[in-house]
Amino acid sequence: MSTPATAHEILIVSIARLLHGTRHVAVGAASPIPAAGAMLARALAEAADEPKLRLSILGSVTHNFFTNGSAELFDCAAQGRIDAFFLGGGQIDGTGNVNLVGVGDYPQGKVRWPGSFGSAFLYFHIPRVILFREEHSPRVMVEKVDFISAPGVSEKGIWRKGGPYALLTGKGLFGFECERPGFHLQTLHPGHTLEEVIAATGFDFSHDATPAQTAPPDPTTLALIRGRVTDELHESYPDFAATLRQTVTQHSLKEQTT
Amino acid sequence: MQHPLDRLAAQVAPGMKLAVPVDYGGVPMALTRAIIERDIGNLHLVCVPTGGMQVDMLIGAGLVKTVETSAVSLGEAGGAPRFNAAVRAGEVHMLDATCPAIHAGLLAAQKGVPFVPIRGLLGTDLLANRPDWRVIDNPVREETDSDPIVLIPAIHPDAAIFHAPMADRFGNVWIGRRRELAAMAYATQTTLVTVERIFDGDLMDDEMTAAGTLPALYVTDVAQVEKGAWPLGLWGEYEGDTAEQHRYASAARTADGFAAYMADSQQKGAA
Repeated sequence: MSTPATAHEILIVSIARLLHGTRHVAVGAASPIPAAGAMLARALAEAADEPKLRLSILGSVTHNFFTNGSAELFDCAAQGRIDAFFLGGGQIDGTGNVNLVGVGDYPQGKVRWPGSFGSAFLYFHIPRVILFREEHSPRVMVEKVDFISAPGVSEKGIWRKGGPYALLTGKGLFGFECERPGFHLQTLHPGHTLEEVIAATGFDFSHDATPAQTAPPDPTTLALIRGRVTDELHESYPDFAATLRQTVTQHSLKEQTT
Repeated sequence: MQHPLDRLAAQVAPGMKLAVPVDYGGVPMALTRAIIERDIGNLHLVCVPTGGMQVDMLIGAGLVKTVETSAVSLGEAGGAPRFNAAVRAGEVHMLDATCPAIHAGLLAAQKGVPFVPIRGLLGTDLLANRPDWRVIDNPVREETDSDPIVLIPAIHPDAAIFHAPMADRFGNVWIGRRRELAAMAYATQTTLVTVERIFDGDLMDDEMTAAGTLPALYVTDVAQVEKGAWPLGLWGEYEGDTAEQHRYASAARTADGFAAYMADSQQKGAA
């Protein structure tokens, strides 16, 4: 019998579920978990005989079919050819604003992060932008971001076809309601509680009285993650693929000894 | 005899607006060291569309006045320490952008037009801090309601520098599918290129190589420098030296550590 899903595997299966039905998913360069989730979604679509899911990993040679330089990703998004993308964020607030620039007063803040990358453009074009940040703490999930790299919502009359679709953290999964606007806690990952999530979140969000738990992957899906997906991941993210394998082994040893 | 690298570096002047490629696109690290040795300062860097170790080193060496970029980071090796410190200390002027805005500015220069409109950006603090970016009401809209759209002015670098796998003796440079290198060259009058090797023949003779070639028309000068992107990688040629990248990342956490790293590696380069 296989060992239960690890925390990373819960995130990977959550991402695959969010990507169900998409045709083309783009993943940033340093995003092994989103890449693994997209690879799993692709494998599941294949197994269910659903339309092929195309995956572009920026910076990868094998998983990148662009031939028009680094501008092509943005052109592709503008043409409506990318269904889903991932954004992280040093800060994320309750209306889906994302800050990739820094903490404090711009430009000479307390902390400087790399910068906004393509977020200020892609957030407007890609229908399913999944906000993904493993760290779920009050310093990341803030009431109001210090700098808006990309806004969660736009005023009426502003051209916009994309935006936040979900927020996935190490503690739970939120959906985004753009009418309010705000997040709704959909599920808690195994081992986490509503009280804990409320305490770790700097913004208000809606939730059921007793939120459901994020369903672990079924045995077939778990086998796909530990087999095909980890193998595919190895090309672009060798270190992370090795970590995944190691965590499963440790997990399994722990199970045997307890 | 003058090293070809010195000949290239001599064509970079203080105060220039310099277009530099993304970390995985072919960064001329050897040329960057030559620029640092010559102490060519007051530079305005245009990162196409993001910067990495090259930008961090130029900033650490005190040679940069303005950084126009969508991001600066060392990728897997973490944040860019000299960049972050310089921004916090107000030592560099920031022109924060988003990737497609940099591409749009270069495209405008390529087309010889004053600006290119792009979607997105409205409601961001990027736009709020870029008075050079203008918002107009889409003049060709079909609906009667207003349709605000951002105009990105043309970016005209004084020079573009990059590293590529090969060039021929006629000055044609093979860039494969890294088309942003061509976009950089189209936008400027001075393009300085280092290459791994010289192709013995004419890259334009064969349609297979011609399709991925930047013609000599756009190329000012070429120098052959093996491993010219080290410690970064070069697509299709070699991987980045991650151990060296981490060594830099940890040394450059302090100004002293950065200076020691640079002195050490210049000695190595001279040896």
